[in-house]
Amino acid sequence: MNHLLRGHAPITDEAWKQIDEEARDSLVPRLGARRLVDFTGPLGWGHSATDLGRVSATSEAPAESVQMRTRKVLPLSELRAPFTVSRSELEALDRGAVDTDFDSLNEAARQMAVAENAAIFHGLSEAGIEGIAEASSHQPIPLGDNGFQDYPAHIAKAIEVILSSGVEGPYGVALSPECYTGVVESAERGGYPLLQHIRKILQEGGDGPMVWAPGLDGVVVASMRGGDFLFESGQDLSIGYESHDESVVNLYIEESFTFRVATPEAAVALPK
Amino acid sequence: MEFDQYHEPPEELSPELRTKARLFASLAEEAEAINCYEQRLSVEPDAEARSIMANAQLEEFKHFVMDLEFLFRKMPVWREMGEGVLFKEGSIVENGDTAEGHDDGDETNGSPAAVPSGNGVGGSLGIGSLKGAGL
Repeated sequence: MNHLLRGHAPITDEAWKQIDEEARDSLVPRLGARRLVDFTGPLGWGHSATDLGRVSATSEAPAESVQMRTRKVLPLSELRAPFTVSRSELEALDRGAVDTDFDSLNEAARQMAVAENAAIFHGLSEAGIEGIAEASSHQPIPLGDNGFQDYPAHIAKAIEVILSSGVEGPYGVALSPECYTGVVESAERGGYPLLQHIRKILQEGGDGPMVWAPGLDGVVVASMRGGDFLFESGQDLSIGYESHDESVVNLYIEESFTFRVATPEAAVALPK
Repeated sequence: MEFDQYHEPPEELSPELRTKARLFASLAEEAEAINCYEQRLSVEPDAEARSIMANAQLEEFKHFVMDLEFLFRKMPVWREMGEGVLFKEGSIVENGDTAEGHDDGDETNGSPAAVPSGNGVGGSLGIGSLKGAGL
């Protein structure tokens, strides 16, 4: 048994299978940032830091004529979202019920996806993570107040800016839920759906994806050629056991990771 | 031109799956090459020829484990299964059952489940990379 202590939970193998499937189904559609970045790992719960290949300035060591430098690393951040499952619901599941109440699990999954997306796009300053939007070396392209009509032009401009820096595609576009809904619901003046127009622009740029990313503020356009945005997973999204009483089992979703932007020129932020 | 590493129409597979298919094919080729050198080495009487082939086999060892590690990184559940079996003392079959999450010996017929269930394997949801998947 590892640190997730799943073996201590009063949960049958069949119920664990259902819980894991429910969590996967709830997380995967929301993990928009992972659809744009390079993923390495999982390297294990014991993996604690990403090697940055850099050292501190030289200082004096506690002996004459000896110099000291300290290696720089990026420590992994741990994210954990607790949730509960009713023991009576688990019993019902084992009897064959198909309408198990996993509301608490789904909310935890939503929060984890928001946190991961926000860390990748906007950073986690306390963890030393700089997000794609903040790290971009290009001037942001404001989405403006002219509704969603201008989005195709803004996205095309962002791709041109990245391409002008010598960064090739394919290019992907991440949209906040608000922006995504606006794009899906809107049509251009001639009636052509905005969604189709943006997809056509992306096809021209190498057929990158358009992703829905709760936790993102505005829109981000990024190259997906590889090597520019690096997500390093220690423990990938997992479910562990916390405690239980006579009525509920307390579980959690957990992961550890770092994120780095290797090429600030490879993305443009389009804030609301 | 046909490529036999595909079991579904390649145009229906994502670029990431096609990359994995190439590495699966490479893994099988490296294993075959290791087997080939193993047999040649056992029958070759010339010492210098044997040392050349042994050197070549070392390269195949390296290529095989690099292919395997690449695939492990892309398939977290497989990686966790590997962590439960590789470089472990004791019974390989028992370690495999433990890694799979079954201790009752029911899965000793060589047909382990594709996705482990229960509480015995890590607890990872096996999501890993989603790069390139859009809406």
